Amino acid sequence: MDATQLQAVRALPIGAAPALRVRRRAWRAGLLGSEFAWAIAFVVPYVALFLVFVAYPVVYGLWLGHSPSLYTELYSDPIYQRTVVNTVLYVGIGVNLKMFGALLLSGFFMRRGWWVKGLLLIYVLPWAVPALPTFISIHWMLNGQWGLLNNVLWALFGIDGPGWVETSRWLALGSVIASHIWKWMPFWTVILLAGRMAVAQELYEAAAVDGATGLRRFVHITFPLLANLYLVCTLLSTIFTLGDFNSVYFVSGGGPALSTHVLATLGIRDAFEIGRPELGVAAVMSALPLMIPLVILLMRKLRTTEVHL
Amino acid sequence: MTAESIAGRPVRRLPRYRLRRNLNQASALAVAVLVLIWTLAPIYNMVAVALEKHGTVFTNDIWPQHPSLESFRVVASEDYWYLTDFWHQFGNSLYVGVATVFFTLLIGSLAAFSISRMRIRHGWVLSNTALMTYVIPSSFLAIPFYRIMQNYGLTNNLWSVIAAEVTFATPYAIFIFQQYSASIPLELDEAARIDGASPLQIYLRIYLPLMAPALVAVGTYALLLAWNEYLYQFMLLSSKRNMTVAVALAQFLNSDEAPWNYMMATAIIYAVPPVAIYYVFRRRMTAGLTMGGVKG
Repeated sequence: MDATQLQAVRALPIGAAPALRVRRRAWRAGLLGSEFAWAIAFVVPYVALFLVFVAYPVVYGLWLGHSPSLYTELYSDPIYQRTVVNTVLYVGIGVNLKMFGALLLSGFFMRRGWWVKGLLLIYVLPWAVPALPTFISIHWMLNGQWGLLNNVLWALFGIDGPGWVETSRWLALGSVIASHIWKWMPFWTVILLAGRMAVAQELYEAAAVDGATGLRRFVHITFPLLANLYLVCTLLSTIFTLGDFNSVYFVSGGGPALSTHVLATLGIRDAFEIGRPELGVAAVMSALPLMIPLVILLMRKLRTTEVHL
Repeated sequence: MTAESIAGRPVRRLPRYRLRRNLNQASALAVAVLVLIWTLAPIYNMVAVALEKHGTVFTNDIWPQHPSLESFRVVASEDYWYLTDFWHQFGNSLYVGVATVFFTLLIGSLAAFSISRMRIRHGWVLSNTALMTYVIPSSFLAIPFYRIMQNYGLTNNLWSVIAAEVTFATPYAIFIFQQYSASIPLELDEAARIDGASPLQIYLRIYLPLMAPALVAVGTYALLLAWNEYLYQFMLLSSKRNMTVAVALAQFLNSDEAPWNYMMATAIIYAVPPVAIYYVFRRRMTAGLTMGGVKG
């Protein structure tokens, strides 16, 4: 398709709904009888899909996990306590490192030159490759005895590396966080790069005339203009990371000795390995007190700000 | 200043600005090299292990001593007891992907048309629930979803997976369609309506053709989502004939002696189609992937 249409897709503001409202209605006098029937018929498939596969599971899940005794059982379980700590660390450290790295690297990719463009194409590879193969590859790469990482450490420095995901909880958790960053940082870098590109060049030129360079340019121009985007991205990323199953499940598998589970993987384990779905639902639901405020905040931000994603 | 006077003077050091520029270039290169190593290490590992011969995986090589394409041959010809149904499973993945694309586009575009073009009453409630569904991680719904499918007797059936993927792709489709159709003048719909077109005709003759770029973007997104998704496929599919490649690949991991070279060859064959699609459609789906690519 031609460039203008592409441009239209790219520059769609998320908060377009208020702008839509002032436009005239196509069906100005309201829908006539048969048209109303059509309009209803068109939304029926989606409403049915939503009711059967979203609303019903949500209600069913709430019913499964409604018994308070499940939560007392969870809270007294040391595995669950460790899982909560892991989840907080995983989300807190993972999201912030990833977003900050993405912010810095998006600045790097603003540089001119063909090799930067080429590097960007390679850099987005982790995001383009499906999660499963690469996480399995990382799992093997971190193997203490035969993994690539320790082989390289031995060849270069003569260091006998540890078993990254087999021996210690903290090494394993660190590996999981690093894998998560590896997988998702390119995506957020691309988003923030688009945000940076949208900043008008005139601002930088004006600042350059006034003598602002380097860090001051970043503090006074780039960051204020990117702050909102950065916040929305961080919120979205926090919610998605909270529900991230693949990184933990494939890189550390929750081990060693069930010490690196997060809530998303513990729920699945309780439901399918132990065969207690109601306990799994309860574990997942215990993330809701953190989740619901984030979702509400994000929905408001998405509605009121013009973030170009 | 002439060239002669510069040349005639003993040069003690580079001018400051040139020194700075060189330093800048050098640090940029250093960053580039670090980024390259960081990005490519797991992918390099995947390729290196896949090129090992069977039995030489457990060595401390950094690069295989005798690289061979043996494992790719074994996977392609299903020549190992774990891989007997590989191409069938590949077909299953494709089947799920194509069905997901079809239903996502159909359900999503119909709903978006009704909400944003026909302005159905309380349409904003629908678009908000869609946004909400998009934001909530799918793994949180996994357990009740599985139980419900069990009650319907749909476990170990590809259609239960298709239902799950469509459920999680449609909200995003509605979202993008609504945004995109804002750039199509409503006057077109009005003109057609005055000429006596029914809503179905407007949808088919005006709305869909003009939405082609958005359909391509969302279609690609849905295809990649269905192909790459793991959790729901793992829960819902259990028999070897009904598995998708993702599930089969993960099953490898649990077997007693994991044949890592075969596994990595399988992983590469599994990963190539989505990567190719991604790089081909990269520009078309800027809207698509940027917003939607996060959901794992």
